[in-house]
Amino acid sequence: MEPQGVGTGNGKVVIRTQGLQKHYHLGAETVRAVQGVDLEIAAGEFVAIMGPSGSGKSTFMNLVGCLDTPTAGEYWLNGNKVSELSDDDLARVRNRDIGFVFQTFNLLPRATALHNVELPLIYAGTSARERKERATAKLVRVGLGDRMGHKPPELSGGQRQRVAIARALVNDPALLLADEPTGNLDSETSAEIMDIILELNRAGQTIVLVTHESDIARYATRQVHLKDGRVERDFLNEMVGV
Amino acid sequence: MKETILVALAAIRANALRSVLTTLGIVIGVGAVIAMVALGEGAQRRIQSQIERMGTNVLTVRPGQGFFRGVASGNRRLDEDDAYALRTELGHIYDIAPELESRLQVSYQRWNSSNSVVGTWPSYYDIYNHSMANGRWFDEGELQGRRRVAVLGANVPEDLGTPPGLLVGRTIQIRGIPFEVIGVLEEKGGAAWMQPDDQIFIPLSTAMYRVMGNRDRLRSIYVAAPSPEQLNAAWADIDRVVRRQHRLPPGEEADFSIQNSSDILQTFNESNETFTLLLAGIAGVSLLVGGIGIMNIMLVSVTERTREIGVRKALGATKTDILLQFLVEALVLCVLGGVLGVLAGVGGASLITRFASWDTVIAPQAVVIALIFSAGIGLFFGIWPARRAAILDPIDALRYE
Repeated sequence: MEPQGVGTGNGKVVIRTQGLQKHYHLGAETVRAVQGVDLEIAAGEFVAIMGPSGSGKSTFMNLVGCLDTPTAGEYWLNGNKVSELSDDDLARVRNRDIGFVFQTFNLLPRATALHNVELPLIYAGTSARERKERATAKLVRVGLGDRMGHKPPELSGGQRQRVAIARALVNDPALLLADEPTGNLDSETSAEIMDIILELNRAGQTIVLVTHESDIARYATRQVHLKDGRVERDFLNEMVGV
Repeated sequence: MKETILVALAAIRANALRSVLTTLGIVIGVGAVIAMVALGEGAQRRIQSQIERMGTNVLTVRPGQGFFRGVASGNRRLDEDDAYALRTELGHIYDIAPELESRLQVSYQRWNSSNSVVGTWPSYYDIYNHSMANGRWFDEGELQGRRRVAVLGANVPEDLGTPPGLLVGRTIQIRGIPFEVIGVLEEKGGAAWMQPDDQIFIPLSTAMYRVMGNRDRLRSIYVAAPSPEQLNAAWADIDRVVRRQHRLPPGEEADFSIQNSSDILQTFNESNETFTLLLAGIAGVSLLVGGIGIMNIMLVSVTERTREIGVRKALGATKTDILLQFLVEALVLCVLGGVLGVLAGVGGASLITRFASWDTVIAPQAVVIALIFSAGIGLFFGIWPARRAAILDPIDALRYE
């Protein structure tokens, strides 16, 4: 089966999966969380991955985010086959090609916003001066230029998520992977965060957004619905931007 | 690396109280090791200076218990004839002085004291490098004439309640026998096995024939070689002369012993070393316990920071990055404890010196070894918790509440 390409991007493929499967064992039972997903996402696309709980959405996201390796099938990220890499190589891929935005922000509570944003660059081995420059630029971009010295507990939920977005962008990743980024926010703040994400996409950032809220999914240009570990529907959003 | 150390320091600062309590084990361990070794080293130095003070070139001939077919025979002794024989044969090379010693009642006016009284030859003065504070030492004529003259050790006048200057020329009683004080010695300082400052010296002949009575049993004969290098030759010479005097056939076990001052000290040193080792061993155990404390707290730290580890891994930290982070944290804790421990040990040692007046010497190599050892403990007890952190699965770690 040919990978589906419903792309709205500029033609360069960022994600390509072929027969991607993930099984794991829970006691004596084998859970087939992802059972053969073929998907192609082009550069510049904004794709919402949707599905009820148990649809394999989380497992699929972990595979796409290189936090996990597939049981079977192949996965190319940004032109590199990453489905058979070692843990440390996956860590390098995550560092270089992927920016994560989590539902619970996952910032280091004792570090300043600036230090949180610098973190991926530390593992990339960037010099201290360049780290500071780049982290500052990204924080300014998400509108937190005046909050760089604050620690997460001193920031609001929306501000924390913006720090997380700045952190995700600091390595200029091929893919921004957002897992329920508005799950812990009120609707007004959610709209603010989604506007930032939408703007990033319009500036050319490839984005994969995992959500179970159809309101949020509507921001994307394309929706992929999973069910029982398979792609159930894959279509372009008619209305872009609400 | 600088980043890793900064992260470790930040983590330690974030749990300041806990870090301090954890480190206490290492502080106490290292401190105890440093103080104990300082104590041992101090005792060692003291004994060394005693050897030097008491002469490194003196051999002591002592009567040994003679055995004949497993039965101790009492007639093996060292007498004045042995000393004369030695002087006749070897007197042109070595200084020789026999010694007869007994603890006797000494009195002056209303003062009474019990002192070690030594009967010896005038040459004794040179063998032990004494010098006079007041008056003079006795001479050969007084020895031949069995004169009742006495030279006092530096502490004796105090025992007799009179300043040294006033005692010279006066008459004191030794075992009720009047003696004229002709001199008082300069303070010499003691050694573990002899305290010349507390002794009274009289001619050997006087001691033998007028005071002590046990006329032909010497406690020892001292032989001083011109230099420490000649001790071996002196040993052989003495052995030859005394064997002939005692009519011992070659190959027969000697009924006397020849020791040099370092032999005597060997015994002291050995027991001292055993003692130091024991103390340092006990201190070492507390260091081990401190290390286990570090491991415990690092395991707690890893569990507490599971989510942080997950985040770091998601952002691109490799296993090595995480391993180093926690290893460096354990290392920094231990080295910090080591440095504080060295300070505590040095402080403790100076307190011991001050209040117990025991000599202590802080050996620089003990400090270096203690620091390296505490770093080693950090590595040894930190590696397991750090490895646990490093192999955490990022998905599980991110999900950890």
